[in-house]
Amino acid sequence: MSTNGSSQGPLWEVFTQEKSGAPHEHAGSVHAPDAELALQNARDVYSRRNEACSIWVVPSEFITATAPADQDAFFDPSNDKIYRFPQHYSTPRGVKDL
Amino acid sequence: MTVVNDSDTPEQLEAFQARIDAGETIEPKDWMPAQYRKQLVRMISQHAHSEIVGMLPEGNWLTRAPSLRRKKILLAKIQDEGGHGLYLYCAAETLGVDRTELIDQLHAGKAKYSQIFNYPSLNWADIGVIGWLVDGAAIVNQTMLAKTSYGPYSRAMIRICKEENFHKKQGYELLAQMMEGTKDQQAMVQDAVNRWWWPSLMMFGPSDKDSPNSKVLLKWKVKRKTNDELRQRFINMTVPQANAIGVKLPDPDLQFDEKTKNWNFGEINWDEFWAVVKGHGPCNVERLEARRAAHDEGRWVREAAEAYAEKHSGIKKAA
Repeated sequence: MSTNGSSQGPLWEVFTQEKSGAPHEHAGSVHAPDAELALQNARDVYSRRNEACSIWVVPSEFITATAPADQDAFFDPSNDKIYRFPQHYSTPRGVKDL
Repeated sequence: MTVVNDSDTPEQLEAFQARIDAGETIEPKDWMPAQYRKQLVRMISQHAHSEIVGMLPEGNWLTRAPSLRRKKILLAKIQDEGGHGLYLYCAAETLGVDRTELIDQLHAGKAKYSQIFNYPSLNWADIGVIGWLVDGAAIVNQTMLAKTSYGPYSRAMIRICKEENFHKKQGYELLAQMMEGTKDQQAMVQDAVNRWWWPSLMMFGPSDKDSPNSKVLLKWKVKRKTNDELRQRFINMTVPQANAIGVKLPDPDLQFDEKTKNWNFGEINWDEFWAVVKGHGPCNVERLEARRAAHDEGRWVREAAEAYAEKHSGIKKAA
């Protein structure tokens, strides 16, 4: 991984889990020369007050994201499928627990 | 003044403004006017620099804190400021600038940071006053910025605001305790308030009529309130707090206006503000020297970590 000739290290994206059972959510990013230090920096920067019980770090360059310009076309397949929602269906009057 | 960049077409600018007006949040990969990006890099990097330079006046008192409790509090607060600097540099980096570049600009004396940190912290009560007034003013500004239109900046602000509340409260508690102490302790508090009150009001920046960037920043919802509005809000909330602990704010013109429900205040010395911003404050030189020394003295740690990472990755590949 390149460090741009500086000694701040590459960029890592940080995901923190607030409590066991909760999803890991993006908290921000840190610079660090390796994964071990990225975890320690992430703890110092994003969990000084017990905000996390688990942390993931991922080199930023390995994240692939959708492009904002393609947003409409990319998410279009799910836009017109109202039949995927239970509210789409009518139920005979008086039927319960359906 | 809106500067229209050559590459920004009127259609793009209009579509962008429509997103802003609809209350949408702008994310790093979204299209944005060149000027929006430029203003944000300027604001966020100045903000980040302010956080890390702000560690210095407080660091001055770490070894002389009067109790272990106060020392731990101060240490935690200074660590928070370093963390806040990191959140903000990360937010700036989402706009395509490099943190190293920004730090180099700071150390070369080419970047601005809040004028407030160019004043010295002369007695222990200064630590309380910095928490109460300086962090108090910062919270007013940052609460507004938590609703800024740029996503990464807004998210950093939300995180920072949560932590700043501890900074303000510990400072006010420190002062309240000193005001219940000896005559000398009370005099120390009054002396600190006398010195920090006016510079704290200047933290909100020049008056609206002299703030060239405000108009476009409001239009793009980077800022949601003007400098003068925020300054007034801060004064209105601070006067009763000063009265509650029996400290006097050094402004003979401070008077409650029944009609507007605002505290009217005296003329701010803008000559002093501009002199400090332009590098002629009491501690400008000292702060930059301390920043550069900290960076240079930490170099071996960064180099050792880098060498270790390199060696470690070599072993992994060989295995």
